Amino acid sequence: MARRVVARAGEIEPGARKLVEVAGRAIVLFNIGGEFFALANRCPHKNGELCKGRITGLVSSPEPGVYDYTHQGEVIRCPWHGWEFHIRTGKSWCDPRTMNARAYDVKVEKGAMLVEGPYVAETFPVRVEDEYLVIEV
Amino acid sequence: MTSEVLHPSLDPASNRLCVIDCDIHPKDSIDDIKPYLAQRWIDYLATYGTRARHGFQSGFMYPKSQPQAARRDSWPPDGGLPASNLKFMQDQLLDFYDIEYGVLNFLSPTGQGVQNSDLSVAMAYACNEAHRDRWTGPDKRLKASIVVPYEDGAASAKEIARLAGMPDYAQVQLLSRMSELAGKKRYWPIYEAASELGLPVGIHVFGYSGWASTNGGWASFYIEEMAEHCTSCQALLTSLIVEGVFEQFPKLKVVLIEAGFAWLPALGYRLDKHWKKLRGEVPHLKRAPSEYIRDHVYVTTQPMEETEKPEHLLQIMDWVGWDKILFATDYPHWDFDDPRYAFPTTLTPERRRQVLSENARKLYGFA
Repeated sequence: MARRVVARAGEIEPGARKLVEVAGRAIVLFNIGGEFFALANRCPHKNGELCKGRITGLVSSPEPGVYDYTHQGEVIRCPWHGWEFHIRTGKSWCDPRTMNARAYDVKVEKGAMLVEGPYVAETFPVRVEDEYLVIEV
Repeated sequence: MTSEVLHPSLDPASNRLCVIDCDIHPKDSIDDIKPYLAQRWIDYLATYGTRARHGFQSGFMYPKSQPQAARRDSWPPDGGLPASNLKFMQDQLLDFYDIEYGVLNFLSPTGQGVQNSDLSVAMAYACNEAHRDRWTGPDKRLKASIVVPYEDGAASAKEIARLAGMPDYAQVQLLSRMSELAGKKRYWPIYEAASELGLPVGIHVFGYSGWASTNGGWASFYIEEMAEHCTSCQALLTSLIVEGVFEQFPKLKVVLIEAGFAWLPALGYRLDKHWKKLRGEVPHLKRAPSEYIRDHVYVTTQPMEETEKPEHLLQIMDWVGWDKILFATDYPHWDFDDPRYAFPTTLTPERRRQVLSENARKLYGFA
């Protein structure tokens, strides 16, 4: 287990995503309104690449003919079979008991902190004045 | 922490995947088939277009869940529609999964089901010619289905006879939604030609029959259309059996493509039950209906039913017959199956090999 610096916070705009490779694992980073989340890039259903999916909301219905649209921008649909995963938790909508994308905790750290800490920086330089995304793998 | 999950190797004896994919959908355009169309038909298409047997001008019967019903990662980076570019198909499918052979089924354009019957014939001819240029010629792993103007049985038989024996073609292609049930005599010239010339008849789901998508009328949702293939293919297969097609053409082999197969045992049980009492109505049937299914019918896997308990799927496969099940990805469509993850892990290596490649190799005569 190591805490790894995986990206500059500023390079992922709100609503955007970025695929990174961390210690041999493909991980997708998401920015939802300034908050950062990370999911393994493998769909737990049949291994589609989640980073290539569409980000949507969640449509639900308390009864036929009535629709709620919630979690806008917080759901990623697999580009293959369309499974829906909550980006914040990795939980699938249809089968949250067994079918969940691996979620990683993302911390935003100041460059000044990272220069000293027990971190493994990836392939880019860390500058004191920037903010960085750090996940534990 | 979690440990790395390794990709399961499909063939423990070697590292080769050994996959034959029995349902790939390359995409052609009208421009691609023009070199083989007479100027009369090029002008016709530019002026009038094609007219399918349905009540709307263009578009799908139901909106698909993804654009072009395709995997969102299957759009070629250089532009064009999914599966329109051989190089990208090689990168993403054929080379990536080390596919030995791929059977190509064509959805549009094909001329199949086009209401102007002379145009239907001309387009089917042009497509079959263009498929050698575009697909089976450049990549010898690819084997095309022969598209036929199926509403015209005699013209279809002629087209089959013209191409049978060429190594580029693996089977004859029909769609599940034709103007009449598949067992009707108008289609018999197709079965006669195919069985005499040693080609299986692949029946792929979809098409435009002009009939409602369910036998109770038009459904509201795409999910209903997707599930409806079970019932419509039950009707289609029942027709093939009870009309006596398999009695008339004992060498005929039918491949049901993309129809699922968990409904097959139920149909067999039901038909056998009734046949014991109603046999006199269809005396041309010499055997129980389920025996024709077992002897003549192959199925492709994708999108096979996903049972809650994996052993139930294996029991169904056992009924269908381990020598009758053919692996398919359905590339580039959104409900694609990955050969590494499509089957329960409890499937034995021997049966896995049968389903992934050996059954198709035998059926289609691939080396």
